This record gives sequence, structure tokens and C-alpha cells, in this order.
Amino acid sequence: MKIAVTAQGPSLEASVDPRFGRCSYFVIAGPDGEIIEAIPNDGVAAGGGAGISAAQLLINKGIEVLLTGQVGPNAMRVLQSAGIKIYQTAVSTVKAALEELKEGKATPLSGATVGPHFGWGRGGRQF
Amino acid sequence: MKVAVASGKGGTGKTTVAVSLALALGGSVPIQFLDCDVEEPNGHLFLKPVYTREEEVTLLVPEIDENKCNYCGTCAKICNFNAIAVAGRKVLVFPELCHGCGACSRFCPEGAIREVPFRIGVVASGRAGSIEMVEGRLDIGKPLAPPVIKAVKKHAQPDKDVIIDAPPGTSCPVVAAINGSDFCLLVTEPTPFGLYDLKLAVEVTRELGIPCGVIINRSTSTDGDVEKYCYQEGIPVVLKIPFDQRYAACYAQGHPLVLKFPEWIPAFKELWQRIVGMVKKGV
Ligand code: SF4
Ligand code: SF4
Repeated sequence: MKIAVTAQGPSLEASVDPRFGRCSYFVIAGPDGEIIEAIPNDGVAAGGGAGISAAQLLINKGIEVLLTGQVGPNAMRVLQSAGIKIYQTAVSTVKAALEELKEGKATPLSGATVGPHFGWGRGGRQF
Repeated sequence: MKVAVASGKGGTGKTTVAVSLALALGGSVPIQFLDCDVEEPNGHLFLKPVYTREEEVTLLVPEIDENKCNYCGTCAKICNFNAIAVAGRKVLVFPELCHGCGACSRFCPEGAIREVPFRIGVVASGRAGSIEMVEGRLDIGKPLAPPVIKAVKKHAQPDKDVIIDAPPGTSCPVVAAINGSDFCLLVTEPTPFGLYDLKLAVEVTRELGIPCGVIINRSTSTDGDVEKYCYQEGIPVVLKIPFDQRYAACYAQGHPLVLKFPEWIPAFKELWQRIVGMVKKGV
């Protein structure tokens, strides 16, 4: 089982990044909490649909479980279609999030927690 | 002649200027007013046109034939706009992100993608007295303004004088609106923010090779910095509209300046003549 955690850095000690589509890194871990790899999220720079592109990336990587903060409706649709289980976490580090999951304390997520374009910052999108 | 009225930021009185120019000229020559501020068209509030035609603006977006698709993922990979995702045995299309480029259907190895029209806005046309008016409206939640702007501009007739009310800012919709104009009027305020945005707007017109002139709205004794900048850059300040409580009240009530204060009509007519002169001389 591969688990992805949205993070602000490429390590277990990194803080959890609450923004799914626009997180800095995806830390990919195995079932026992060991790091498999850390992938920088190219979608941070994407014009639109960052959540969709992030979801596609996780699908291509064969991720089964996602730990994150906020997921928009578009990304949610893609993740759910692929059968990825999503848990919302409020703990500070990647390591703590993985432990929380292992102990069965993580909160499952079944609907979008924010509208589209969350994490855009002020001003919204400009084409 | 085609003249675009733009401003680096919203709230400078751009529409007021565009409308006043149209009304001042409207009595004597055939004028077309194209409202290309498709995210917030408000020329109609001042001109009160009667629209007689409405056409939809659509974009061709992909539709997947699940019987032919083998979920290879090519379409998702090729799309630059994240408008398609392939999730296991499902292809998800997000038409509101699609730019209608056609790449996915061209590269699908199974021929499983068909293109279907998806509405993103409308173009309304009609008249406001002697002025022919065309207005574009982008549907709410649709991010792609340029196709609607281009649809509005298709109505421009070469034998008429055309005034384009461009969207505020300096992004793609602005470029789409002012591109191809003979001249661009940039409306600004004499404030540091106004000047900053004016500079950005000037860059855009220069990149497009469109000559421009500046109108200072709500002009006071503090115009100095804007004037200095224009002087240094060789951009003419073609009109100043002073700050006046009565004008502010007039805009707030949705009245065009030249209708409430007809003494401004000659100024706008002269402005037009001056632009014609500059365009002819190729300044
Ligand atoms: S490219 Fe064609 S065959 Fe491949 S996933 Fe997309 S629609 Fe299906
Ligand atoms: S038409 Fe272009 S933008 Fe639209 S989904 Fe296909 S590749 Fe993406």
C-alpha cells in the first residue's frame, strides 16, 4: 500500500501542507511509514486545474491512500473515481500524520472541503 | 477607425470615457460600441441599448466514447490545461478548464474523442439610439474570456468608427480586446497605484505595437508624476477630466458625463479628431 502525504518539504519531519493541489511536495510512504520517495508538485505553478493534475500524478504513481488538509471538488472527483481513500489531517508533521493513520485515528473525507481554486491566493485566476 | 479604451486597473472611469466618446460622436458619424469587458460588461448601464439579437459563444470540448477508449492516458498527458484526467477505467473531462485546443482528440490513438460544443458566454447586439452596440457576456464560472471577446469583435465593421471598451488589467483578455486597434486610450488616475498600473498597460500596448494616449480622470493638482512619466515616455496626455463631486454623482446615478454636462461634448469630439490625426501621421 502506497500512502501520499501533502507536505511542505521532502521528508518525514516536514510540515503537512494543507493545500492538496498546490502543496509543495508529495511524500510517498509505505504501510509502515517508511519513505518511498518525495515528489515536488509541479502543479504549484499550473495555471488552473492544479488539483486535477495532482490527482492524476498520484493515480499514475499507484497511490491508494492520501493524507491532506483541503481537497477541492474537481480533484475529489478524480481521486474518488480512482478509488483513492482520502483522510483529512490536522497534525503538524508528515510523520505524525502517518502515525495517526496507522492508529486508525485519521478522519476519512468523502466530499470536497473547499471550492475550486482554493489556494490561489488573492485575485483568483488570470488568463 | 478602431479605438480601444483600456486601463491598467478597474475603477478609473474607463467605461465612462468610452461611453462619453461614443455619445459625443454618435450624433454625427456611425459609431459601433463594443463592450469587451465580458466579465463585467457595464456600458449598457449608461447607454441603455435595446438588444435584438443574441448568439451563444461555444468552445469545442472533448467527449469520450467509452466503448472505444482503452484508458491509455494519452489525452490527460497531452492536455496543457488539466482538463482531462484518466482515473482507472474512467475518463473525466472538465469542460470549464478546457481551452478547446483539440490536442486530445488529435492524439487519441483509439479515435475515442469527439468534440462537442460547450457554451461559455453570449454576444448581444442591438442599438442605443444612433449607436450600434455589441456586448459580450462571459458565463459565470467560465474562465476563458478571449473567445467571447473575439466573438464580439467579429461584429466590428470596417466602414464604421468602432469604440472598444476593454476589460481592466493587463492580462490575456485585455490583449484580446485591444489587439488590432488603431489606437488605445489609457484611462488613469493621478495616484501612485494608478501610475503603476498605467505603466503595465503601456507595456501591453507597446508589445502589440498600438499607439496610445493617456486620459487622466479625477485630475487634481497632483497629476505631476503621471504627466512626468508620460512626457518621459513620449506618450501624449490627450485629456484631463478634473475631480468634481458633481461628476462623481453623475456616474453613480448611471448618467454618462456628456449627457449631464454637454459642455464636454466638444472636448471628446476634439479628442477623436486628434486621435484620427495621430493615427494618420503614424505616431
Ligand atoms: S487518449 Fe483516447 S484512448 Fe487514451 S485514455 Fe484518452 S480517450 Fe481513452
Ligand atoms: S481540447 Fe485541448 S484543452 Fe481541451 S481537453 Fe483537449 S487537450 Fe485539453
